[in-house]
Amino acid sequence: MNKLKWYQRLTGGFFLQPDDDSPDRYRILRRNIVILMVLITIIPLFVMTIINQYEYQRSIKTEIVNPLRTLASKTKHSFELFLEERLAIVKSISSLYSYEDFSDQKTLSRVFRVLINEYCCLVDLGLIGSEGIQLSYTGPYDLLGKDYSQQSWFKEVLVKGVYISDVFMGYRQFPHIAIAVLRRTEERTWILRATIDTSKFDELIASMGLSPESDAFLINRKGSLQTASRFYGKVLDSFPLSFPRGNYGAIVVEETDPQGREMLVTYAPFTKSDFVIVLVKLRSNVLRSWYVFRSKMLLIFIFSVVTIVLIVFKLTNTVVQRVKEADERRELAFREVQHTHKLSSIGQLAAGVAHEINNPMAIINEKAGLMKDLVEQDAQFRGKEKFLGLTDSIIKSVERCKSITHRLLGFAKRMEVQLEILDLNELIQETLDFLKTEALYRNIILRLLLAENLPLVSSDRGQLQQVFLNIFSNAFAAVEDKGEITITSWEEDLDTVGVSIQDNGCGMPEETARQVFEPFFTTKKQRGTGLGLAITYGIVKKMGGDIKVDSKEGEGTTFTVYLNKKAKFESGE
Amino acid sequence: MKILLVDDEEEFVTTLAERLELRGIQAMAATDGEAALGLIETDPPQIVILDVMMPGLGGIEVLKRIKAQTPQIPVILLTGRGSTQEGMEGMKLGAADYLMKPINIEELIKKIQVSIKSQG
Repeated sequence: MNKLKWYQRLTGGFFLQPDDDSPDRYRILRRNIVILMVLITIIPLFVMTIINQYEYQRSIKTEIVNPLRTLASKTKHSFELFLEERLAIVKSISSLYSYEDFSDQKTLSRVFRVLINEYCCLVDLGLIGSEGIQLSYTGPYDLLGKDYSQQSWFKEVLVKGVYISDVFMGYRQFPHIAIAVLRRTEERTWILRATIDTSKFDELIASMGLSPESDAFLINRKGSLQTASRFYGKVLDSFPLSFPRGNYGAIVVEETDPQGREMLVTYAPFTKSDFVIVLVKLRSNVLRSWYVFRSKMLLIFIFSVVTIVLIVFKLTNTVVQRVKEADERRELAFREVQHTHKLSSIGQLAAGVAHEINNPMAIINEKAGLMKDLVEQDAQFRGKEKFLGLTDSIIKSVERCKSITHRLLGFAKRMEVQLEILDLNELIQETLDFLKTEALYRNIILRLLLAENLPLVSSDRGQLQQVFLNIFSNAFAAVEDKGEITITSWEEDLDTVGVSIQDNGCGMPEETARQVFEPFFTTKKQRGTGLGLAITYGIVKKMGGDIKVDSKEGEGTTFTVYLNKKAKFESGE
Repeated sequence: MKILLVDDEEEFVTTLAERLELRGIQAMAATDGEAALGLIETDPPQIVILDVMMPGLGGIEVLKRIKAQTPQIPVILLTGRGSTQEGMEGMKLGAADYLMKPINIEELIKKIQVSIKSQG
């Protein structure tokens, strides 16, 4: 029997409890609606926020990363240009002049002087023979005759022809680099070596125009600083972060250094030498706008979620309340229809029974009447008094039956209605007169709180009397001797007047109160027909009025009757 | 005074007739509509007491025929239904009055007298 429609299957029977009578159904319905509504509103919001955040992060990173890479690359080019230039000079002069020229200390010094006039940063210049011995030298140190044959740079220049050293501290504790060029002629092999002061490096880095919280420096591929660093110490100290090796363009990576600073680090390795430009920026500075954006997004998200949840709860409560009320109204209407049906079918049955009984009753009545007539006329009749008493008793019983059958018929049939203008207070008083004796006899206190100037109503006197008589009788039956019955009348609104009959009697349980207007429902066992209040209900409804019962066991019962000022008698069996 | 009682309950009509006789009223009894109409033709009464619910020719039909043939004879209807509606309908068709069963004989006599007087 799984004939769920596709959408029902989709929602998993989420809203399918129309016939479920469990007391939890509204709670479950409320829960389900809340969950569904919260999900369908918050999921898209959540996804949108995530996408937004991601996109913004991406765009802001490109915006930040690209300038960093450009700046690092540009600086790298400046460095390379500087080194290339110096290398080119050394190469050119090594070609322009011969071994003999450089061997001559005077020529070497002259060349050197010309060079330092034209190009900055040259510290010394020297000729080294193929055995690694410094053959001539011009510069601040006394290096003549120094043997380089065991040093690694010497071996490298022999193999590669060109050599650019890492930064090293000279004798005067200045950072330098050395450039060496190998010349090979037919007669011999020699090396021209120049030392360059790296103060120019600092200039190049300064020209990057970095903010105080940024840092840029040069490292070699072994990770030792080649220029001083703001964050990581002086020249030749080791750079604490591991960095990508190999040849690549400028790259930006996010790192956390040993001091716990989160940073964006840009690496730009040199193409022809073993240097890497490192550009360090604190992430918090760089991404400040990103953090601001993120917290704003988060705030908006939280605010929206809270608002949505509140609205969803409020809305769901309203909706479920409406559904509940509609259900209750429907159930009430259904019960009323059921009640009317019951009344009508019972009425038809009652009418038939009453009619059938009336004929034999009429015969009994006439027979008893005749007996009475005959006895009355016979002066000598023995036990005449006794006999007449008996016949009278029969006739009275027939009268009682007649009143019962007539009431039954009256209940069943549409009663003739005679509209007249009535003072309801007067009618209540009149009706109470029927019960005066009982009230006196049982010491029942009757309290009348009747509204003065109660508007007159247009209705049927007899039927209204029956209505009130039935309710009063009920109240009398409910109270103990010396009990109290309060009757109140008031003007309810422009079209309606209200009368309430309150007793301090035994009251009744809710179940009984609900059935009190049902025909043949009685708690009086032997004494009641169970029709009194059903008839009352029928009459009041027929007049377009309403009747309600409110009862608490042990505390008493209040019947409230609302009557239209102009009774409208609805036709109906 | 001569009256005609019509009711399908023989026990009822004969007893009622006897009681009326005791009160000096000459009463004939008929237990169906045809017999009643026959009696009216042969020995017209001053007034007819007619039950509404009868098998065969119903009370209302009998009333219509009486009113068509001898409109001067007043008819009082008896109804077994508590509702006065039947009685009212009968009165629209020309009945002088109506009574609900079981009846009170004094009330019946009073109504008979009133009906005959107003007829006369």
